[in-house]
Amino acid sequence: MTLLVPLVMLLGIGVFHLISGIAEPPVAEAVTVGYVDNSGDFQGYAQQGRVDLVQLRTPDDATKALLAGDIKEYFVIPLDYISTGVVRLYTLKKQLEPPADITTAIKNFLLSNLLAGKVPAATVDRVEAPLNLVTTRLTETGAVAPEQGGFGNLIIPVVFSLLLSLSIIFSSSYLLQGLGEEKENRLIEVLLSSVSARQLLTGKVIGIGAAGLAQVGVWVISTPLLLSLASSTFGGFTSTIRLPAAFLVLAVVYFILGYLLFAVLSAGIGAISSNSREGQQLIAIFTLPVFIPLWFMSLLMLLPNNPIWVILTIFPITAPVEVMIRFGVSEIPAWQLVASIAALVLSIIGILLLTIKVFRTHLLMYGKRVRFREIIRSLRSG
Amino acid sequence: MPAAEVNHVFKSYADKAVVNDLSFSVARGEILGLIGPNGAGKTTTIRMMMDIIKPDSGDVTILDEKLSEASKNKLGYLPEERGLYKKLTVIDSIIYLASLKGMDRRSAERKANELLDQTGMLPHKRKKIEELSQGMEQIIQFIVTIIHDPELVILDEPFAGLDPVNTELVKKMFVDLRNQGKAVILSTHRMNEVEELCDRILMIDNGHTVLYGNLAEIKSRYRSSSVILDFDGELGEMPGVTDKRTHKGYAELVLDGNTTPQQILERLVSSGIVINRFEVATPSLNEIFLKVVGKNHE
Repeated sequence: MTLLVPLVMLLGIGVFHLISGIAEPPVAEAVTVGYVDNSGDFQGYAQQGRVDLVQLRTPDDATKALLAGDIKEYFVIPLDYISTGVVRLYTLKKQLEPPADITTAIKNFLLSNLLAGKVPAATVDRVEAPLNLVTTRLTETGAVAPEQGGFGNLIIPVVFSLLLSLSIIFSSSYLLQGLGEEKENRLIEVLLSSVSARQLLTGKVIGIGAAGLAQVGVWVISTPLLLSLASSTFGGFTSTIRLPAAFLVLAVVYFILGYLLFAVLSAGIGAISSNSREGQQLIAIFTLPVFIPLWFMSLLMLLPNNPIWVILTIFPITAPVEVMIRFGVSEIPAWQLVASIAALVLSIIGILLLTIKVFRTHLLMYGKRVRFREIIRSLRSG
Repeated sequence: MPAAEVNHVFKSYADKAVVNDLSFSVARGEILGLIGPNGAGKTTTIRMMMDIIKPDSGDVTILDEKLSEASKNKLGYLPEERGLYKKLTVIDSIIYLASLKGMDRRSAERKANELLDQTGMLPHKRKKIEELSQGMEQIIQFIVTIIHDPELVILDEPFAGLDPVNTELVKKMFVDLRNQGKAVILSTHRMNEVEELCDRILMIDNGHTVLYGNLAEIKSRYRSSSVILDFDGELGEMPGVTDKRTHKGYAELVLDGNTTPQQILERLVSSGIVINRFEVATPSLNEIFLKVVGKNHE
């Protein structure tokens, strides 16, 4: 997976490059929309981009034309349009809302007709598209900030958080499977005759952590290269994507901590599970919450200051993914990052110590389901 | 000083005593047979000696000290349930497990090749473990147990799955280990192997010691008053013989409490039958086992 991800991205860029060189760009299809003007004020500006507006005398004529397929939809401008602003659209399609291009065409048609002869044509164009907002973020000293935010800055954190989630799932599964195999084929006894339970467990956790570090290292190194390739191929939007240094540092830290947390959890679950399959089912209780920040990402974008995100930032299981997504959306106060990392580190150490206690007692209970009472007893007796 | 000493060790699981006040030792240059019925506590005892599990109370001293990570490198352990990494090759498995015992890669590879050659497994060294038969896997596991030249070797059912040729090979290796001054603990249900190889035995049942000591001394203690006789002719009734059991190729005459084997021999000679073999019967370890364990469970 470490090399697969950048290779797949490279392949995607290559395929896009290939296809865009072969295929012609699609031509937008012209659409005919009918209208009935009961007010009498809307005669001109019937050509709105790819939408042709055709006037019909009565709603009955318009309905017949709609049913005959001559028009896609039609709208009726009532006599009291100026006071109410209501325009009724009639269509055969079931849809959540009218297509954006038709809504824009109708809006521009109405505006152009309302302002015709009263203001210059340029002003009419400006009224139709009044706002092109360009945001510049400043630092506390008033200088232009190096990192400007925006959707371009959200892409990389979201992609990294998705990759982290998947990596956590795979590495947990891998560790559980290995531990399950060693228990099931009794290799664990040979291992424990050579090393202590503490050494065995710590070795597995560090091994998985090192694998995570290697993985994030490959991705961090390959991302700038892929971005530059992507922007030369896709252009536009991808060229706005930046990789801030602070994000790289956080990504490495949270990758490692996320890996370690789930490694110790997996080891503990492996120790108490009667077989590999049961272990996989139990670990799902902990790996599913990893995706919570991704599920609620759109809410985060809408309500970035809600306290729930603070909780998800500090709660160890959701912290790695939540911090990465939040980094792309808004500022994260330093105290929250410190609290989050501290909670993660303490959780890792605490779970590791608990796991070592439970590990030794229950590792040799082959095929026997361990009861919760027995786990508590073994934790107390040490 | 003995190579290993277990003193008054107790171990319980869920209020059931699995090992109950067990004490024994094994000397360097000796093979101790650890025998007992299923569930007697043999494997639990071995695991406590290997520090895989901790005793509830009592002491275990291995090679003159409490078992530590450093002294684990001087132990070799062959568990009852076999296990190796299925996807790893033979040579890689041996080298990896030898490295856990403190051997460097080069020495481990050299010694692995020697042992593989000695056991006839060298042509298979590049195969994956999952490609081997059960007996071959057993041989590899045995190599893993002794490759690092341990001072104390504990073998739990080492003959399981071995054909007669490999059984003889492994037995010879046990004897070599003993002759090199190693201490060997052999836990097995195969009584004939115990009789052949072991100097002393420890029989446990329900976690208790039921027999412990020199094998020959124990056998003489359980000697029954009967004689083995291979003869030609008709035996007929003989005073002093309470029972006659016919086996394949010989008869066993059970004597009453007042008649000695010497007296029976004199009577047999004077009866005129042709005696091909006359032997005072010594019970097999299997018979002693059945007698002791059977009495324990009455």
